[in-house]
Amino acid sequence: MTNLIIGLGVVLILIILYLLFRVSSLVGLARKRDVKTEGRVDSSNKINAGMFLGFTIVSLVVFFWYSFAYFDDYNLPVASVHGAWTDTLFWITMGVTVVAFSIISVVMAVFVYKYQHQEGRKAKFYPDNHYLELAWTIIPAIVLAILIFTGLRAWNDITSPAAADAEVIEVIGQQFAWTARYPGNQDNMLGKYNYKLIDAVNEFGLDLTDKNTFDDFKSLELHIPKDKEVLIKIRAKDVLHSMYIPHFRVKMDAVPGMPTQFKFVATKTTQEMRDELDNPGFNYEMACAEVCGQAHFSMKMTVVVEEQEDYDRWKQQQEAWLKQNPDYIKKVPAALREAAMIKAGLQEAPGVVVAAGN
Amino acid sequence: MATTDINVHPGVHHHDDHGDDHGHHEGNFWTNYVFSEDHKVIGKQFLITGIFWALMGGTLSIIFRLQLGFPEANLGWLRPVLGGWISEQGKLDPEFYLALVTMHGTIMVFFVLTAGLSGTFANFLIPLQIGARDMASGFMNMLSYWFFFLASVVMFISLFLETGPASGGWTVYPPLSALPQAMSGSGLGMTLWLVSMALFIVSTLLGGINYIATIINLRTHGMSFTRLPLTIWAIFFTAIVGLLSFPVLFAAALLLIFDRSFGTSFYLSDIYIAGEALAHSGGSPVLFQHLFWFLGHPEVYIVILPALGITSEIISTNSRKPIFGYKAMIGSLLFIAILSFVVWAHHMFVTGMNPFLGSIFMLLTLIIAVPSAVKIFNYVTTLWQGNIRFTPGMLFSIGMVSYFLTGGITGIFLGNSAIDIQLHDTYFVVAHFHLVMGSAAFFGMLAGIYHWFPKMFGRMMNAKLGYIHFWITFIGVYMVFFPMHYIGIAGFPRRYYSWTNFETFSGFFDLNMLVSIAAFATFAAQFIFLFNFFYSMFRGPKAPANPWNSNTLEWTTPRNPQHGNWPGEIPSVYRWPYDYSKPGAKDDFIPQTIPHSETPESNLPHETELIRLESTGTQGAVVVEKKD
Repeated sequence: MTNLIIGLGVVLILIILYLLFRVSSLVGLARKRDVKTEGRVDSSNKINAGMFLGFTIVSLVVFFWYSFAYFDDYNLPVASVHGAWTDTLFWITMGVTVVAFSIISVVMAVFVYKYQHQEGRKAKFYPDNHYLELAWTIIPAIVLAILIFTGLRAWNDITSPAAADAEVIEVIGQQFAWTARYPGNQDNMLGKYNYKLIDAVNEFGLDLTDKNTFDDFKSLELHIPKDKEVLIKIRAKDVLHSMYIPHFRVKMDAVPGMPTQFKFVATKTTQEMRDELDNPGFNYEMACAEVCGQAHFSMKMTVVVEEQEDYDRWKQQQEAWLKQNPDYIKKVPAALREAAMIKAGLQEAPGVVVAAGN
Repeated sequence: MATTDINVHPGVHHHDDHGDDHGHHEGNFWTNYVFSEDHKVIGKQFLITGIFWALMGGTLSIIFRLQLGFPEANLGWLRPVLGGWISEQGKLDPEFYLALVTMHGTIMVFFVLTAGLSGTFANFLIPLQIGARDMASGFMNMLSYWFFFLASVVMFISLFLETGPASGGWTVYPPLSALPQAMSGSGLGMTLWLVSMALFIVSTLLGGINYIATIINLRTHGMSFTRLPLTIWAIFFTAIVGLLSFPVLFAAALLLIFDRSFGTSFYLSDIYIAGEALAHSGGSPVLFQHLFWFLGHPEVYIVILPALGITSEIISTNSRKPIFGYKAMIGSLLFIAILSFVVWAHHMFVTGMNPFLGSIFMLLTLIIAVPSAVKIFNYVTTLWQGNIRFTPGMLFSIGMVSYFLTGGITGIFLGNSAIDIQLHDTYFVVAHFHLVMGSAAFFGMLAGIYHWFPKMFGRMMNAKLGYIHFWITFIGVYMVFFPMHYIGIAGFPRRYYSWTNFETFSGFFDLNMLVSIAAFATFAAQFIFLFNFFYSMFRGPKAPANPWNSNTLEWTTPRNPQHGNWPGEIPSVYRWPYDYSKPGAKDDFIPQTIPHSETPESNLPHETELIRLESTGTQGAVVVEKKD
């Protein structure tokens, strides 16, 4: 790669030097000898025409060479179901556009070179041709229509409602960190929250009058199961953020006051990706894609994809938020306190038999 | 019809009898060069201010490219200029980095490519190319510049605030831009940004109304709409688009001011920041994005349309061929102008707005690719079988077409909402818009400067220096923005101070370094242009009357047109502006002022019929000057 840079740098410098070499007539500028007569065309015309052709050929060669030779450097492995679709769409679009781009570029360069000024030749008076114009209006329209409809189908699938049994997890953005809230091991329901209840400890703003909050737990890593639909509920506390997990082709803004969501299915566990990339240190990462202030560039959360059983085991090991912060039990309405203590795991559940007997 | 009398200054109406006076109009320095009402002087004022801002915006980008290309470098040597924004360890302050990208965007989009481009060429070219003494209202025109000047002063001052200028991105999305607690640039810096933009919008509207009124009302005898050069058509659509969209930005800014200063909740809701839950409730940050992009998207066409017009004119002139598909070119401009109002939400596919809206906007967005493609094909066909002269203006025009193609084609990826999920806010977007609207519009502006410099200053710029300037800039810009596509496909997010926190974004040190080096070289090359520009202004060889053998009206004025443009009567127009290399004609160009009766050898059948109308003086009677 360094060689490439040096190579390109040298080419640029050579071009500059060559041009500077041609500036001998620059002296003429100071001496005012550069007075050109009307419409006269000098030898520069030929050089400029040649350079357009040369530039187009060289740059197209570099473009194709780099795109193939360094494919693995810029192609990010994909690890989600919908990511595979959008990648396919991406490469189809790439194929169509690169063909169009190459043809138009070459044709333009050839025209520029071939039809450079020649003394005595007259240009063709060719003001319009309705058939040509119609053709190049309709052909792009058809190609675009195909791209649009394939894109629309993918978009509708991606944004359709999540399955009823999807794993629901909440991700919260704030300056400058992500946190995740899980619905808990008892009720599997995310409890209510209210931003006015947020304080230094109750960072989710959990509304403890709702019994669904009692077993919710917090995580600084996002654990998700493989091959199961995951529905991420996204919110922000302070300013806009954007949940961005590059390997899953997932991106959705976190908006204060307007919860958003994104559903996806991960297809490779972290371990599988480590093996595939032969990189034992690999981790999926979540970044922030919407500028959110000073440390926007460091807003990272590690994402761990596990087999379902590993995921379940991990979940079981997590402590409810209420258990970690037992002081907050006093915010729970008196009638619900005992249930809260039990659900949060602060006290053993009384015998099921006894409960049933009541 | 009579000339429209909306003029405050008594010196501009009753054109013909007054024309001679203009030549002898002896004002003092202040009325001639500062508070001038002459459209040519105002155009030059916009140009010089635009060049100043371009240098400013470019310098800011050089500073952040230093950070991105050489993250390990010690920037301590910048301390004398940037002071506290460089830490003791010689590192750029991360918040100042955001201020740099924000101001770079704001300055380039609004002050350079809107005011500097439209302001310069609309003012300079409209009266000269349609055959008018001046703008419909010289006074409003002067106000337009001075409001822009005030906006510039306010924005410039904001760069030197202790808390820094606005830093939330040029799109200034709230709540980040609304809350000084969120970042220090959202304090006074943001207030000045809003004040400056409000003044800027006033300037744009004053200018736009004037452009539209002038083009509709003050065309010379025979200058029907179908004989207007494409520059004028493009400026006409640009002005209309600006007139309809800028007020929406004004409204968005006003509501943001209310939220910031008067406790309203248009954009703010459910916010807990700096240890405190704010009382704001019920607002929506997404509302701001809708309002912003309702201007913001037309804005990119406000930037590119004049460049498309300018390059159409220059490519036709220097190919010595009529522009291919004149009516299709107008039609595609019109179609783009209309569609520009119904595609704004493609900037917002992943903001959480209803996905169904996303589908609609994806459909509308990709439609806009059709007229854009038509323009490219028409440009290429204009080159076909031409007799091309590579003047610097022509080189920059072809460069513009190249950028418009390269940058435009990536729009097909981004307009597809499914693909956009991954590419949104990555370097792919940065590459896309810098090529298709940034660099392309910039090249349109440079092409225009090289082409009309002889008319502006009566002297020629040095062509060789123009070639060198072009080739370094053309290749340099590609080396800056093309690699960004790869960086973007690899997922690198934009507006990142550094990528080293993420393993996913840990590569591409080399490409980023290459981009930075290319950016420095490209920036340096602009000084060749500056030297050429200012040197030629005073010492360049005197320009001939019609240096490019062009057909349009501005080349029928004297070398240094005075206030009023034509010393005698305003010339009449008898034909469209693209009669280049007409079969049978003696020369390869026939100016618009030559009647068909004088060119029987080259007339097409339907033009021979026009001769009769020419003699009776009723032909093309859309606009006839009042003869007193």
